Amino acid sequence: MKTQREETGTAPEQSWWIGSRSFSQSRARALLPWLGGLGLIGLAAALLGFGITTNTCPASGSIWIRFISSGLTLGFMYAMIALGYSMVYGILQLLNFAHSEVFMIGSFAGLYTLTGAFGINGHAYPSGVNGSLLVGSIGAALLVGAIASGLAAVAIERIAYRPLRRRGVSRLGYLITAIGMSLFLQNLFLLLDGQPHLGLPFNWPRIAGRNAVPYPDTLHLMPAFRIMGVPINNTQILVVVVAIVMLVVLDVIVLRTHTGQQIRAVAEDPEAASLLGVNIDRVIVITFFLGGVMAGIAGGLYGIYYGQAQWNMGFVPGIKAFTAAVLGGIGNVRGAMLGGVLLGLIENLGVACTGVEWQGVIAFAILILVLMFRPTGLLGEQVSR
Amino acid sequence: MSQLLSAGRSARVWYGSLSRRYAAASPLVRYAVTLAILIAIAAVPLLLPSLTPDSLYWSAVLVKLGMAVLLALGLNVVVGMAGLLDLGYVAFFAVGAYSFAILSGAAKFNLAQLNRDPNVLALIPHWHMYYWLYFLVGLAIAVVAGLVFGAPTLRLRGDYLAIVTLGFGEMVRITANNADSITVGPWGITQIPHPALDIGPIHYDFGLHNEPYFWLLLAIIAIWIVFLRRLNRSRIGRAWMAIREDEVAAAAMGVRTVQMKLMAFAIGAAVASLSGAIYATQVSYVSPDEFTLFNTSFGSITILAMIVLGGMGSIAGPILGAALVIYLPELFRQVGDARLLIFGLALVVVMILRPEGILASRKRAAELTSHEDHAESLFDVREATQ
Repeated sequence: MKTQREETGTAPEQSWWIGSRSFSQSRARALLPWLGGLGLIGLAAALLGFGITTNTCPASGSIWIRFISSGLTLGFMYAMIALGYSMVYGILQLLNFAHSEVFMIGSFAGLYTLTGAFGINGHAYPSGVNGSLLVGSIGAALLVGAIASGLAAVAIERIAYRPLRRRGVSRLGYLITAIGMSLFLQNLFLLLDGQPHLGLPFNWPRIAGRNAVPYPDTLHLMPAFRIMGVPINNTQILVVVVAIVMLVVLDVIVLRTHTGQQIRAVAEDPEAASLLGVNIDRVIVITFFLGGVMAGIAGGLYGIYYGQAQWNMGFVPGIKAFTAAVLGGIGNVRGAMLGGVLLGLIENLGVACTGVEWQGVIAFAILILVLMFRPTGLLGEQVSR
Repeated sequence: MSQLLSAGRSARVWYGSLSRRYAAASPLVRYAVTLAILIAIAAVPLLLPSLTPDSLYWSAVLVKLGMAVLLALGLNVVVGMAGLLDLGYVAFFAVGAYSFAILSGAAKFNLAQLNRDPNVLALIPHWHMYYWLYFLVGLAIAVVAGLVFGAPTLRLRGDYLAIVTLGFGEMVRITANNADSITVGPWGITQIPHPALDIGPIHYDFGLHNEPYFWLLLAIIAIWIVFLRRLNRSRIGRAWMAIREDEVAAAAMGVRTVQMKLMAFAIGAAVASLSGAIYATQVSYVSPDEFTLFNTSFGSITILAMIVLGGMGSIAGPILGAALVIYLPELFRQVGDARLLIFGLALVVVMILRPEGILASRKRAAELTSHEDHAESLFDVREATQ
């Protein structure tokens, strides 16, 4: 009797996870995601060609290089945030709305590491920092951001989601709790502006507030090199390099360590995993922590790239990162990475034709198209039974 | 704390016994009681000046409450009865408001103003009696929008449905913001005409009074509640209940899941558009920034909070929820801009302690707290079963 998993054609794609292959079945099936990706690229190329011939899209190469470079940069950041959504969905089937706020917390943590622990601001270092201080400060900021985000994610799980698991609440209940948590955290940071609120007699600490808090100029924005006259900035290179390193690290953790094996086991079948001695609660906490770490580093990079952090900075990247996770295959770590990069590219190339105000519409259109035509994502989904 | 809980429990018991006695009474008694309650509620705005010095302010709050109740009852159909978590409900509210604003000629007037058109003054919109029909035209447009937005979501699981509907909500807002030539974009549409009644000898201009809007909303809500009760007890209501609990089983039993889901979306959209049109005529200004996810009065999340807090699936629940969400912040003034913070916290706390809300239908309460040990796939129904 065929299980549901085999019917939807995801069983052979498990070969990506476990590392073993059954060639007879998987050779043809393994081509499917590549065909899907090629189809998507083909569709995008056809649309582009149509757009260029009708003059809605710019035809000069340098504009495309600019959009491709910004698309790749954003795409890698989306990929890192998408990992948190993807992993949590893989083991809990929960869309963790609060993950965008975890990202925001990491960004603020990185900000205050730079200004507080290192004292970097416009007065002390008017044109950025250099050398070992640069490496040290950015490294420390990303590390602190990662840990802060990881701890925040673990706290959210402990406070909001664990009681629901104990109670056996329905899917709708989990979603509503996630939305409530996201709303709470967003508005908490909105109100941390140094004014008294809620009629309490003291001033709330001035951490965030309504306006964007600027990042200190650490890595002074300079073009590193040029392609066809388009400058590729050092911040872009920083984002892409750090993201690639962290994605490889997470891939190694999930695919080659014992903890990663436990995560994959719980993602496949929690009951069987617990029968084999895996502590489900501990694995869930570790998954949230790992997702939070990735989001925190993405937050620090986002802050350095855009130069500011704000209370609602997580909302739009969060939705796009979830779109990326769905695009690549929810629950699938490599899928989230691929989806993030692809989404960043397609979105920016679409914006080149339609204008930047339609960015959200393009991202959502991609989500809807993916969910209509390939709902398991490009690399197949990995969700527990 | 325990006193509060026991007070709440006894209030619920009292309310339950009242509604049982009402249901058991003869039809004549029922109609008389309903009429009496309606007249009592309709008389509230007239009694306000003798109750409080800021009667103008509180009657405005009453109108806002009316619009919120209508929206909550509409979303209750989609989320509470059919079980489809719709996070883009504000899109239908926006569609209703914007369609009325555009149909009444206010958009054209604003565009002429922006383009410094010389004969701007000729385009100032005035209310004509046939503008009442535009409410129905807006309703039709919203129903079409509901079908268009519902169609891609038919085969999606709850979480994906939530995000896709959220996406549609944002797409409507972004389109309203960018399509300058039709919707006037970020500047918004002003000078939307207030309603007026011109039947024979009666000339009544709604203008800036709050009472007529309240009575109009009350009439619509009353009709809508009658419709909802009938719907709940009909085959459609039972079909929604079946889809909500287990869609595969429902489809196997012959329930037309596609039609039922689309109907839920369409009905919810219709109600929201009525509320939106009345909002447009009362406030006389619409702009894309008011139809966001997180707007404190009528945003998608706020309406969701109303039905979550008040109780899903029942009819009294969303009304109570709307009253809480609109009235409590007015009562506790020092909450001020921390309103959404409290809502978020309340959502989490309610889900942990009492997931079905305060006044939920008993069936819904049972569903929300039961264990889910069956697998759900991404495609709840492989193909449209019709």
